Amino acid sequence: MATPTWNNPIVKWIDYRLPVFSFMHHELVDYPTPRNLNYWWNFGSLAGIVLVIMIATGIWLAMHYMPHVDYAFDSVERIMRDVNYGWLLRYVHMNGGSMFFIVVYIHVFRGLYYGSYKNPREILWIMGVFILLAMMATAFMGYVLPWGQMSFWAATVITSLFSAVPLVGDAIVSWLWGGFAVDNPTLNRFFSLHYLLPFIIFALVFVHLWALHVHKSSNPLGIDMKGPQDSIPFHPYYTIKDTFGLGVLMVIWMFFVFFAPNFFLEPDNYIEANPLVTPAHIVPEWYLMPFYAILRAITFDIWFIPAKLIGVVAMFASILILLFLPWLDTSKVRSAKFRPIYKQFFWIFFVDCLILGWIGANPPDALFMDTVPLLIIGQIGTAYYFLHFVLVFPLLGWLERPRMVPESISAAVVAAEPPAPGSV
Amino acid sequence: MRRLFALATVLALSVASAGAASAAVGLKPEARDWSFDGVTGTYDRNALRRGLQVYLEVCASCHSLNLVAYRHLGGVGFSAEEIKAIAAEFEVEDGPNEEGEMFTRPARATDPFPQPFANDQEARAANSGALPPDLSVINKARKGGANYMYALLTGYREEAPQGFEMMEGMSYNDYFPGHQIAMPPPLVEDGVEYADGTKASVEQMSADVTIFLEWAGEPGMEDRKRLGIKVLLFLLVLTAMLFALKRKIWADLH
Amino acid sequence: MADSTTADPGATDDGEDRRDFLLIATSTVGAVGTALACWPFIDFMNPSADVLALSTTEVDLSPIEVGQSITVVWQGKPVFVRRRTAEEIEIAQAVPMGDLIEPEEDGARVQKADWLIMIGVCTHLGCIPLGQRSGEPKGEFDGWFCPCHGSHYDTSGRIRKGPAPNNLPIPPYEFLDDTTIKIG
Repeated sequence: MATPTWNNPIVKWIDYRLPVFSFMHHELVDYPTPRNLNYWWNFGSLAGIVLVIMIATGIWLAMHYMPHVDYAFDSVERIMRDVNYGWLLRYVHMNGGSMFFIVVYIHVFRGLYYGSYKNPREILWIMGVFILLAMMATAFMGYVLPWGQMSFWAATVITSLFSAVPLVGDAIVSWLWGGFAVDNPTLNRFFSLHYLLPFIIFALVFVHLWALHVHKSSNPLGIDMKGPQDSIPFHPYYTIKDTFGLGVLMVIWMFFVFFAPNFFLEPDNYIEANPLVTPAHIVPEWYLMPFYAILRAITFDIWFIPAKLIGVVAMFASILILLFLPWLDTSKVRSAKFRPIYKQFFWIFFVDCLILGWIGANPPDALFMDTVPLLIIGQIGTAYYFLHFVLVFPLLGWLERPRMVPESISAAVVAAEPPAPGSV
Repeated sequence: MRRLFALATVLALSVASAGAASAAVGLKPEARDWSFDGVTGTYDRNALRRGLQVYLEVCASCHSLNLVAYRHLGGVGFSAEEIKAIAAEFEVEDGPNEEGEMFTRPARATDPFPQPFANDQEARAANSGALPPDLSVINKARKGGANYMYALLTGYREEAPQGFEMMEGMSYNDYFPGHQIAMPPPLVEDGVEYADGTKASVEQMSADVTIFLEWAGEPGMEDRKRLGIKVLLFLLVLTAMLFALKRKIWADLH
Repeated sequence: MADSTTADPGATDDGEDRRDFLLIATSTVGAVGTALACWPFIDFMNPSADVLALSTTEVDLSPIEVGQSITVVWQGKPVFVRRRTAEEIEIAQAVPMGDLIEPEEDGARVQKADWLIMIGVCTHLGCIPLGQRSGEPKGEFDGWFCPCHGSHYDTSGRIRKGPAPNNLPIPPYEFLDDTTIKIG
């Protein structure tokens, strides 16, 4: 991994003064990567590319969008109808939000399965949680911008969460609104922040990558690279693998854009916002539904603390608890491959998140199979969600007997049958 | 296997979200075959012309179409001259003129379709408190889209079922959430006289105006699908090439 | 960057060739796709359909008296419409071509000699020349005068003195009937 010598005199001149070419070579070309990464490791770079596409389409849409309660809805429709390729950029951006979360959620679950958050990658993981939080805030504020009914009522409901804060709750809410209700000042600041936050995400991603490149990628075996025999250079092996993954993602994404553009959207958002009429059933976008279910699961006061406050705290805690995961998980072994019991709990947790998502999408007083109120299911799901972190993770580390971990990555690769390229 | 699981996640979540709003009561509209369905779907031009006629002669007396301008009718297949003629039949307010007064003039191709009421208050006052919604994106704004619109227009019953309490001035509709709709049955047999001689049954008019409203909601749908086929074919070829290249490059390793 | 892994002795020349071909083909297709994907972003910034729809302006000439001017807006720019007096027409037609900075016959600048229709933006740096209203300075040639840097235009809107390089441009227009023109 010696610094390459550059032959092109211009490249040489620049690199001597600002070693961008050496840096790129070091971090993207020669960069040693575990030779056994499977396709689940594609999703990090995919998320980065989706972010860039979202920023590009977003900047362009902002050229025709008008953040004013009187014009926002019509300006979006004008983009759809009269602006050249406006419909395309808007549908790419709109579906891009869903694609972004699909990619990032797979990325997060991959980290959970293979123990990617464990020593020495704790800060890498924490940066990831911050990115997730910033993404949610960005997506929520972006959803408000078209000023449809769901936009307006999502903004009202989510900002009202802060009224649960003791003493200063109402003051915080009217501060968020810039008024006495969600109105023009709210829309304006949401637009401003929706434009700003992606660049903060971009900066966080940079730190995320910085931390990644210190100790390099983890891998499906969860053991460290011990020498050159365990690694391959990032280029061309992972550049081509990531590019192929991007191709697959683009096929899926563009399918939605061109043939089912409103698949992820609630029809109510094609009705212009009306502060006097609440839609029959308010739901957030699909990617926030599990957290919405947790919010609604708390219907009882605990001691003197009102249910509303606990619900809000539980919702935020459900994400923030991820920050402590590196210390809650006491296992010495990273990968679920060698943790037979954790592997099962991982899938239970995964299904629990799906169930919470389904609960979040439906009215809480509805019945499952005409017998069980969804609320009860949501409460059980919520309870498990937290128990998984505060009980399952610490206990499994002590109780579980992991299977034998291989000596090294190359030993494991040789031991296996000639594997199909890139498979697990 | 796990990959399938991930896909199932996405599907399950989206199905869950789609199923969410069906709580309000109203029959589920039957799925019909529309010319605009599918990957190569297009708008039936004759139906669009008839639908425009139904909209202008029936719906437009209460419902606005704010996001559509006469010039957009080029997409329906009208020539510039025809559009100018259609527009000129309507008066719009313009101004102020040099004396500072508002005046009316015949509409131009660049004007949006006329508003039946000056404001929401006037619209409510004229409709016993109910506000006729703008129809520009109505099919996108209703669960079930075109199927719902057609079902609603054909779903009126003269008498509410036994035991169903109706409020004064409301009509019973099978498909409207809650069944009580403020809009009286808008279409009657032979309510319009089609220029192309088609028999103007309630079903025919409902289908035609539904197609017209689908078009109004997304005039560029045909362009979208046409481009989409090209883009997807291109991406499939590129992705297949990337896969082959990936195999070739990784073949070195083993 | 000859890496041990890429220089696998097992790879035949044939395989190398096939790989190179595939690499070049795929890169080309990918590059073409990326380039095409830029077009929607570029076209997005072009005038949109609603803006283009307003690219023509119809003007009713009937209220304009001889010797009067009006200014109408066409595509966001002021257009000077002047019903010229017989005297102005005569002066404009009599100017020898040699006196002009950008020689152009008056007859080439009007469709009907009475009506001078031109874009009222000084060809120097884009100011709006004076001379439309009675009482405004009309310059040394009794046409228009740009106050920014002192360009003088004559009764045909041609530049006669000052820093402006060109005559005031004539927009595309047609007479729909005797008293209506369509600009654009």
